[in-house]
Amino acid sequence: MIEIEGVGLSHHGTTILHDVALTLPKGELIALIGPNGAGKSSLLSLVARLQPLQRGRIAVDGLPVDRTPGRDLARVLTVMRQDTGFAGRLSVRELVGFGRFPHGRGRLTDGDRALIDEALALFDLTALADRDLMTLSGGQRQRAFVAMAFCQGTDYLLLDEPLNNLDMMYARQMMRLLREMVEQRGRTVVIVLHDINYAAAYADRIVALKDGRIVAHGSPDDILTVDLLERLYGYRMQVHRIDGQLLVRHHD
Amino acid sequence: MSAVERRVWLAAGLALLCVVLHMAVGLRGNLAFVLELRALKLLALVQVAVAVAVATVLLQTVTGNRILTPSIMGLDALYLLGQTAMVFLLGGLGFAGIDPRLKFLAALLAMVGIAAAVFLPILRRHLSLYRMLLTGALLGILFRSLTSLLARLIDPNDFAVLQGASYANFSAVRGDLLVVGCVLTAAGTVTAWRLRHALDVVALGPAAATALGIDWSRQITAILALVAMLVAVSTALVGPVVFLGLVVVALAERLTGTQRHAVLLPTAALIAVAVLVGGQTLLQHGLGGAGALGVVVEFVGGLLFLFLLATERRR
Repeated sequence: MIEIEGVGLSHHGTTILHDVALTLPKGELIALIGPNGAGKSSLLSLVARLQPLQRGRIAVDGLPVDRTPGRDLARVLTVMRQDTGFAGRLSVRELVGFGRFPHGRGRLTDGDRALIDEALALFDLTALADRDLMTLSGGQRQRAFVAMAFCQGTDYLLLDEPLNNLDMMYARQMMRLLREMVEQRGRTVVIVLHDINYAAAYADRIVALKDGRIVAHGSPDDILTVDLLERLYGYRMQVHRIDGQLLVRHHD
Repeated sequence: MSAVERRVWLAAGLALLCVVLHMAVGLRGNLAFVLELRALKLLALVQVAVAVAVATVLLQTVTGNRILTPSIMGLDALYLLGQTAMVFLLGGLGFAGIDPRLKFLAALLAMVGIAAAVFLPILRRHLSLYRMLLTGALLGILFRSLTSLLARLIDPNDFAVLQGASYANFSAVRGDLLVVGCVLTAAGTVTAWRLRHALDVVALGPAAATALGIDWSRQITAILALVAMLVAVSTALVGPVVFLGLVVVALAERLTGTQRHAVLLPTAALIAVAVLVGGQTLLQHGLGGAGALGVVVEFVGGLLFLFLLATERRR
């Protein structure tokens, strides 16, 4: 369970998050949606202790993120950010292997190697395993970083726009893998998404943010309504149901 | 993995060859005396080579930038300013008369002190690494301009003394200072080696490293303190040789094709030993002792680095 209480954030006098309170249950795929500048990434980075907590409290599985040693937290929760940046002389296998760092401080056991192979296979990276990161495309690198996060084996996975740079085939594959991690391995995935149709198709729960506040929070059926989407994004979209599946036509 | 290992052993063999040549070429006269002299010089060369190579790897890892050298922290500029100020105040003769132990200690303390005074507050306030580096670079410019101002004011004869003190000199290192230098460098190198796996993760940048359980600001502070200590020791011992680091790290990376620190740290250190010891031997016996090694390393290193940049290909 992720418990967020009274969390506020401001930078240089601009308030980014206003008094956010939110409780997210374990074992679900939770999508954070909202327009640019809503505070989605900021909220995610606070939960992942990527920036210091200014006001309020955040606890993951009862561990306060600002007071738990980083190493202990790294066995419970991991995060992947939009700009992975790094592209040096490092093979995909080495990168994915870093996911085991919180467990063995860099020493790989046979069990770790099996997990690395599993992650490589799962994310369709086996053929690229010995390639250097700097030779990969943006989308391939993105998958390698998500595979590393998977390999870390944490119960909580926070992903900031993991579908960036991915083509439709890999975006779908990524969402299906995340879905499978939730259903078969009982993991909790919190994901910032821009395309609300992916949220409609794969999320158990949607949290909608705007201007640093939570506007709505509930199942996709509850959130993806014409009125609420207009409140969020400022224009009217068509919400259809095709073969039982919600589909938002957000382009004219 | 074994291909990479072979490359590391290649670098080790090269370093060993240079060491053997340094000790053995052109031996004559009182053997014990000559060997002792050469061993002392060898120790100075090896110690500086390792310190500079390790410091450069660490700084490049922390900043995620492969073309930075520790000289961005401005410590070598502070050293030069200190030397110049001493010549300015005491004159050439007075400068030569100062106890080398005092000079060493003062230089070491000044560099470590400035690093702690400037960088620790910035790190403690969680300001960005780049702001810290920029501060270091600006300090470096300040120290360099003060140095050139003082250099203009001093007597031309004293200026010649200063010129001699501005480049690395491996011939006039005292045994007792060398011991202090070796202990500090060894301690720093062992610490870096023990951090090698954490350094691999730090190289991924703050967000990914934090996600993997690194306490970023504490780890960065420790690594930068290590860099400052290594640079300060080697500079106080022989003078500034920062550019060497850039070249040997680039060479080590090119040779092994990996940025993993378990490989990069020893390879860079071994190549640095080969370059410094080999260069010194060549200067002494091939070129009849003409030219100072520091000058040659900066010159050849610069050319080599340009070559590496020009031929860097995206595989």
